[in-house]
Amino acid sequence: MSGHSDIVLVDEKGIRIDGRTAEEHRAVKIEAGVLKNADGSAYVEIGKNKVLAAVYGPRECHPRHLQNPTKAIVQCKYNMEAYSVGDRKRPGTDRRSIEISKITAEALENVILTGLYPRASIDVYIEILQANAGTRCAGLTAASVALADAGIPMRDIIPAMAAGKADGHVLLDLNKEEDNYGQADVPLAIVPSTEEIVLLQMDGNMTREEFDHAIEMAVGGCKELYALQKDALQRRYTVDGEEDDSDEQ
Amino acid sequence: MSSEIISEIRRDYIVNLLKEGKRTDGRGVADFRDIKFEVGLIESADGSAKVSLGETTVIAGVKILPGTPFPDTPNSGVLTTGAELIPMAHASFESGPPGEDAIELARVVDRGIRESGMIDVQKLCITPGQEVWMCYIDIYVIDYCGNLFDACNLAAVLAIKNAIVPAEQYGKGENYPMPVTCTPISVTAAKIGKDLILDPNFDEEHIANARLTIATDDDGNFRAMQKGGQGSITLDELSSCLDMAVETGIKIRKIIG
Repeated sequence: MSGHSDIVLVDEKGIRIDGRTAEEHRAVKIEAGVLKNADGSAYVEIGKNKVLAAVYGPRECHPRHLQNPTKAIVQCKYNMEAYSVGDRKRPGTDRRSIEISKITAEALENVILTGLYPRASIDVYIEILQANAGTRCAGLTAASVALADAGIPMRDIIPAMAAGKADGHVLLDLNKEEDNYGQADVPLAIVPSTEEIVLLQMDGNMTREEFDHAIEMAVGGCKELYALQKDALQRRYTVDGEEDDSDEQ
Repeated sequence: MSSEIISEIRRDYIVNLLKEGKRTDGRGVADFRDIKFEVGLIESADGSAKVSLGETTVIAGVKILPGTPFPDTPNSGVLTTGAELIPMAHASFESGPPGEDAIELARVVDRGIRESGMIDVQKLCITPGQEVWMCYIDIYVIDYCGNLFDACNLAAVLAIKNAIVPAEQYGKGENYPMPVTCTPISVTAAKIGKDLILDPNFDEEHIANARLTIATDDDGNFRAMQKGGQGSITLDELSSCLDMAVETGIKIRKIIG
C-alpha cells in the first residue's frame, strides 16, 4: 500500500491493466476432489493464483490438550511454496502465514457444525502453489470446497474475495500490481445464505463511501464465487460419465 | 517414510501374491506405475513440474537467484535441493521443519542430480569468484502413495529441464535455458521377504525390509545410490537391482522425453 505509483493502474476508460473493469473479478477455476489421500480436497485458480486445499478429519485431536469436550476444533495451516512468489520464499511458517491460518480457521469454524464431533479435530491444509495477490481469499474459497468434499456438515460454503482501491478507483479482486501500488485492500468472506461476514481485514486508506462501495462489490464477487463453488461440487458428484471424466486429474 | 502399520492380513496377502510373481495392483515385479507429468505449470517459478507416479503426486519448482559462490568453487553455480512432506499429502505427515525422512529424500534426489553432472554448474557463473546463480529446487509432496524417491527425482529433473536462467530480470545479460547435460533417473527397488519389486506402492513400502534407490545417467552408468530400511540386500540382489535400474532408466527416459 505504498500509494505512490508511476504506472497507470486504471486508464481513463476505467479499464485495468489486465483488461478488467472495476467490478470484474479474475477468471476462476475450481475443482473438487483432486487428491487421493485427503478426506476432501479442492484446487482453485483465481487469475494467476493457484491454490490447493486438503481436509483431514474429523479425526483424533493432536496435541490432546487442544481437545474441546463439547465440539471439534478447526486447525488450519496456510503455507506458501518456496517458488510461489517472485523471490524465493524460505520454506516454513512465518508470522504472516500464522495470522492467515488463524483467521481462516475462525471463518471456517463459523459454518462447520463442530458440535457434532466433540474432542475431534478438523484439519485444513492450504498450499499456495502460485501467488498473485488474494491468496488468503483463494485459500479460504478452496478450503470450504474441500470441507464440503470431505462431507463435513456445514451451514453453508464460504466464498472469499477482496476489493480495494487503486489510482483512486474502488476495484474488485485486486491483482498483484494493484495490491502493491494501490491504496487499499479489503479481503472479505461471507456466509452467502445470511450475508454474515466471517472474515474481514483492511489496510490502506479509504473514505466511508469508498469502503461501503468496496464491501458492496466484494459481497457481489463472493456471491458469484459461491455459484462456482457449488458448480465444482456438483461436477464432482455428478454420475453422468462424460462430465465425470473432466473432473479426474 | 512413515510408521504406518499395515495389517497382518494385508501383509500376508501381498507376500502370498508375490510368491506367484504378482502384485496387489496387477503389476509385474519390475513394472512402474503410470507416469504422468506437466511442466511449466507454475509461472512464478523459473522452472516447474508436477509428476504423478500412480497416485503419488509431487510438484517441484526451481528458483534461480544471483548469489555468492562458495570459496572452494568460485566459478560454479550453487545447487540446493529441499523436499517437504506436507500434511496435505498424508495423514501421517506433520507440519514443521523437515524431519529425517524429508531430509534423506531431498539428499538422495540432490545426489542423483549433482553427481550425474546434470546441471553444468560452470555455466551458472556470472562473475568468476564473485557472483553465480543459486539454483534452488524445492519439492512438495502433495499426495503420498509410495515411492517418493523416484517421483521426486522425476519432478526435480523435469523442473530443471524446464528452467530458464532469469538473467534479464537481474540485469545480467540474456535469459538462457538451464545448462543441462543429461537426464539422471532414479529407480527404487523394495525387498519384501526374498522378493524384489520396483516402484513400491504405499503398502509394499511399509512391509518392505529394505529399499535401494539407484540413479543412472544417459549412458547407463551409476551416479548415486541409497540403501534404506533395516533389512539387508545380498550381492545377487544388488546385481539384479543394478540391471533393473538401467533397463527401467531407459524406459523412463523415453516416457519423459
